[in-house]
Amino acid sequence: MQWLDAIIQGVLLGGMYAQYALGMALMFGVMRIVNIAHGDVMILLSLIAVSLAGVLPVGNIGLIVVIVPIAVGIGWALQTFILNRVVGADPLPSLIATFGLSIALQNLMLEVWSADTRSLPNSGIASESFQIGPIYVGLLPVIVLICAFVLTGGLDAVMRYTRFGRGLRAAAADTEAAAMTGVDPKRIYATATAIAVGILGLAAVFAALRATVSPSDGSAQLIYAFEAVIIGGMGSIWGAFLGSMVLGVAQAIGLRVDPGLGILFGHLVFLLVLATRPEGIMARKK
Amino acid sequence: MSTPILSTHALTGGYGDFQALFGIDLELHEGEVISLIGANGAGKSTFLKSVFGLLPVAPEMVRYDGAAVGGTPAHRMVRRGLAMVPEGRRLFVGMTVEENMRVAIDNARLPEGEGQWTRERLFELFPILGEKRRQPIEDLSGGQQQMVAISRALLCQPRVLLCDEISLGLAPKVIREIYAILPEITAAGTSIVLVEQDVTLAREASNRLYCMLEGRITLTGASSDISRDDIAAAYFGATDAVA
Repeated sequence: MQWLDAIIQGVLLGGMYAQYALGMALMFGVMRIVNIAHGDVMILLSLIAVSLAGVLPVGNIGLIVVIVPIAVGIGWALQTFILNRVVGADPLPSLIATFGLSIALQNLMLEVWSADTRSLPNSGIASESFQIGPIYVGLLPVIVLICAFVLTGGLDAVMRYTRFGRGLRAAAADTEAAAMTGVDPKRIYATATAIAVGILGLAAVFAALRATVSPSDGSAQLIYAFEAVIIGGMGSIWGAFLGSMVLGVAQAIGLRVDPGLGILFGHLVFLLVLATRPEGIMARKK
Repeated sequence: MSTPILSTHALTGGYGDFQALFGIDLELHEGEVISLIGANGAGKSTFLKSVFGLLPVAPEMVRYDGAAVGGTPAHRMVRRGLAMVPEGRRLFVGMTVEENMRVAIDNARLPEGEGQWTRERLFELFPILGEKRRQPIEDLSGGQQQMVAISRALLCQPRVLLCDEISLGLAPKVIREIYAILPEITAAGTSIVLVEQDVTLAREASNRLYCMLEGRITLTGASSDISRDDIAAAYFGATDAVA
């Protein structure tokens, strides 16, 4: 029973990671842009949410409605003013640009919010739970998981069946050939990053509701998102969701073995996947 | 003759500091097929890329449908009515045959229903593509991929089609199959620029012919009037011509 509980808690934790990983699946998995600032942007959005909650009494749903458009704007600006200038066949310029952005953001956040950990005022939802048999399940993690599931399905459908999705996949496969076929690669990339960071806006509100955030937390979220995308398979949206589940379950099981081993177990499973199936669980055949 | 649909005027260009084109004057009239021949490195592909807005050129160097369009980004040239079958096909890997086609339909000059070209018509021309429409592009043979590349360009509903070495690396039978549809394309009102290394093929398929050497046009005229000796001289340079 202890292990069943670990798996359930792991899946719920995976829901949180899936929200971090979805934007990464789009940017890293599909567009092949390495965004080192991914986690920091999320923390920035969490801190903005915490500060806004102090002045705007809009409730949690209202906060999401406010933060997501801000996130979309940040994503669009990030792609238009920084990444579109460095994106190309060589992944190194985007890596260097976002690495610099990551350091700048962390220091900016330290300056504005100091190193204190913060979280959104607990409205009760974070501590509510219900019981299935002998196992207690938190309400908020279930909401997070459902949101992640719906977002994954939605994003996957957008990539498969819409004009935007086809154009983005085309531009990612061959930017010049896509332009020759009428796709405006810069505009479609700006839209894609806006979506990726928009999802991160939702994740940011949940992260601040669920636990605390501080300016230096971004790199951990970055690693989890990277690992989830790579475990799942580059280019696969559902793969990133599945990769998040694998990571969450591995961490929860590790945590039961020894409270200090949770995160390590996650990394070990990641290394195991890299060693045995480096193309990822759901990678398309090449 | 009427005003050409596409023309270049002392077009110069290249990659960064490297100049590959030295004043190209070329015209293409409505319904015409011209071929552009020349050895490797003569600047043929660079020329097509410069016309299409993939390499920087001054506005007045390229005129399309009466307007100066040099340097217009490629995706806007597609809206105006240009399309290209790029060298090496350059299909969207990881997408199916039909998805490759739909990217063109999504961004075409005209909606699929209003243009000359529909998926149904292309599947009639290339039945094998109809059979494989749901297969990933990487599962197709080279010839089939070339058919998809041509279909993708045609679904942009172009008025001018630029073809960059569509016979490269294909079996003679497949080349004949692909060249056999060129008359269909011109009958639909589309003019064609054929870049080709196979001189015989280029002469047979075109009305007029341009020969390039080291970034300059060295010979031009009606394809049927030009002798093989003239072409050899223009192709390799007049002084060391060997036929």
